[in-house]
Amino acid sequence: MSPAVEWKQASIAVGRDEAVHCSGPWTLQHLPDLERVLATVSWPRLRGLIFDAGHITAMDTGGAVVLHRTVAQLRRQGREVSVEGLRAEFAELLRVVSANWDRVEAAPATKPNWVEQLSRWIVERARHAVAALGFIGESTVGVWQALKRPSLIRWRALLRSLELDGFNALPITGLLAFLIGVVISYQAAEQLRKFGTNIFVVDLVGISLLREISPLIVAILIAGRSGSTYAAQIGTMKVTEELDAVQTLGLSPTQLLVLPRVLALMLALPLLMVFADGLGVFGGMLVASNQLNVSFTEFVSRFEEAVAMRHFLIGIGKAPFFAIIIVLVGCYQGFQIRGGVDDVGRHTTTSVVQSIFLVIVFDALCSIVLRWWDL
Amino acid sequence: MPAITQTEAPVIEVSHVSTRFGEAVVHEDVSFTIHRGEVFAIAGGNGCGKSTLMREIVGLQAPTSGSTRLFGMDSRSLHDGQPQEIHRRFGVMFQQGALFSSLTLAENVAAPLKEHTKLGLDLIHDIVALKIVSVGLPADSAGKYPNELSGGMRRRAALARAIVMDPELLFLDEPTAGLDPIIAAGFDELVLQLRALLGLTVVMVTHDLDSLWRISDRVAVLGNGAILGIGTMQELSRSNDPVIREYFHGPRGRAVREQAVKRETHLEG
Repeated sequence: MSPAVEWKQASIAVGRDEAVHCSGPWTLQHLPDLERVLATVSWPRLRGLIFDAGHITAMDTGGAVVLHRTVAQLRRQGREVSVEGLRAEFAELLRVVSANWDRVEAAPATKPNWVEQLSRWIVERARHAVAALGFIGESTVGVWQALKRPSLIRWRALLRSLELDGFNALPITGLLAFLIGVVISYQAAEQLRKFGTNIFVVDLVGISLLREISPLIVAILIAGRSGSTYAAQIGTMKVTEELDAVQTLGLSPTQLLVLPRVLALMLALPLLMVFADGLGVFGGMLVASNQLNVSFTEFVSRFEEAVAMRHFLIGIGKAPFFAIIIVLVGCYQGFQIRGGVDDVGRHTTTSVVQSIFLVIVFDALCSIVLRWWDL
Repeated sequence: MPAITQTEAPVIEVSHVSTRFGEAVVHEDVSFTIHRGEVFAIAGGNGCGKSTLMREIVGLQAPTSGSTRLFGMDSRSLHDGQPQEIHRRFGVMFQQGALFSSLTLAENVAAPLKEHTKLGLDLIHDIVALKIVSVGLPADSAGKYPNELSGGMRRRAALARAIVMDPELLFLDEPTAGLDPIIAAGFDELVLQLRALLGLTVVMVTHDLDSLWRISDRVAVLGNGAILGIGTMQELSRSNDPVIREYFHGPRGRAVREQAVKRETHLEG
C-alpha cells in the first residue's frame, strides 16, 4: 500500500519501533473509522510512549479531542506520553483543546439523586397549588372591586370578548347541539318503538338535553375554543414582555385581561346554552316526527307537561360556574408561562385538558348534590 | 464524495442582487465577493437589509433578481430538506440564538454532529462539552434548557452550535448586539481565536463599531439599497460618502475610532 493511499484514511498504529504512528486526516468525517481502529490497538508495554504525529494531514477539534483523550487515558495508566512531529497549527489546536478540557473536568458532576428529584417535584407541585390559589384570590378581589366600582370594567374588551367567545361560537354550538339532538332521538326511537311508547321520546330528549348534555357540550366546546385562546394570548403577551409593560403603566393584568373575559363568558355561556337547547330539541323533534310518528304539535304539547322548568334552569344555572372555570384555568395557564415559546403550546394544551376535566367534575358534583335535594 | 475544488475560488459570490418587498426596495444591484480566511463584515444602519442579504446568501430567502453563490453553489438550491455535504461546511448563528427550545444546551450543540456524522455518543459528548466551555459557558450549564439561560449565554450557546462541526465558513448575525462590553469583547476574541485555529472565513452582520475595528478585515457598508463603500476600516473611515461619514464619524463612531487608532499607535510605538 502506498503512503498516498494510506493517508486518505485517518489511522493510528503501533510500528515495529514501538512508536505510535498517527496519520491521515483527523477530521470529523474520518473519526468514526479512526475510533474503530483505536479500539483494536494494543499498546506496547512500555513506560514511555512516543506518538509520531508528523503524518497527520488535517485536524479539527474532533480530531484533537480524540488525540487528547487517547493520550490522557494512557497517562492515567501511569505512562509517559509525548506527542512529536505535530504540525504547529495542529499543536496549537491540541493545546487549546487540552486547556479547555481541564475546565470541563473541573466542573463537578451534577446528577441529582432520586431523593432530590422527588423533593423538587413535590416543591414544584406545592408551588403550583399556592400559585393557583393566589390567582383565584386575586381574580376574586378583582371581580369584587369591579362590582363595587363598575367604572373599572373595560367595556370595550368585554364586548370584544362577547363577540369572539360568544357570538362567533353560535354556528358551531348550534350545529353540534342539533346533531346531538338527532342522535339521542334516533337511539331512543329503536328502544321506544319496541314498547309502543313513542311519545316518551320527548321526555328523553328534553330532559337529557336541557339538564345535562347541552350545558356540557357547550362548556367543552368553549373550553377548547376560547380557553386555549386565553392561555395562548396571555402566554404570548408574557413572553413578549407585554404583561410587564402593562404593569409598569400601573394597570393590573387581572383587571385588564381576566375580568372582562370572566364577565363576558358568564354572560355568553348561558345564552349559548339556550341557543343549543333550542336547536338540540329541534333536532330531536325532526327525528321524532320522521321515525316515531310524533308530530310537531304532539311533541310540543308533551314537552310542556313532561319537561319541568327546573331542568332548564338547572342546565342554565351551571353556565356561570362553567364560565368561571374555563376563564380562570385558561388565564392561569397563560400567566404560568415562563420564557420560551414552546411553553405556550404546552400550557395551552394543559389549559384545555384541565378546564374540560374540571367542568365534568363540577357537573358530576352538581348531579350528586341535586339528587340529595330531590331536584 | 463530490470533489471539492481546491482552487482559490471565492467562498461567497454575490452578483447583481436586487431585493424588493412589494414596493419597498431593499437592495438594488449589490455585488461583492468574499475570500477564504477573511473576516468580512456587513455594516449599515437599522433596516438597510443587512440580515436580509445574509439570509439570501445562506439560501433562506430568494433575491428578487441576481444570484448568490456559496462555495460555488447557487444558494437557492441549498435547502431541499436533505442534509448535504455543503451543510457541514458552514455554520450560522442567528440573531436571537434560534436554539431549539425543546432540547437542552448540550443536545442543541450536539444536533449537527448527530445529523451529519456517525460518531459514537461518547465522543459526541466530549466534543460538545469542549465546545461549550470553549465559548466561555460554564461546563455545568450543559443540561439546562434555553429558557433557563440568560441572553448572553444563549448567544454563546448558539455560537457553540454553529462551530461544533468546525465549519469553514461562519455566519454571525449581530453577534454582539445586546451584550455587555466585556462579553462582546470576549466574543470578538473568540472569533479571532477560531479563525487562527481553524482557518475560518467569517461573515458578520453588525453595527457594533468596536467589533468592526477589532476583528473585521473588510467591511461592506450598505445604505439606500446599495453598497456605499467596501474596504478595510481605515479606508472606509477616509471615505467621502456622507452616509459613511455620518456612520463612522458620528459622536459614537469618533470615540471608537480614536481608541482604535490609539491602540494601533500604542502597539507600533
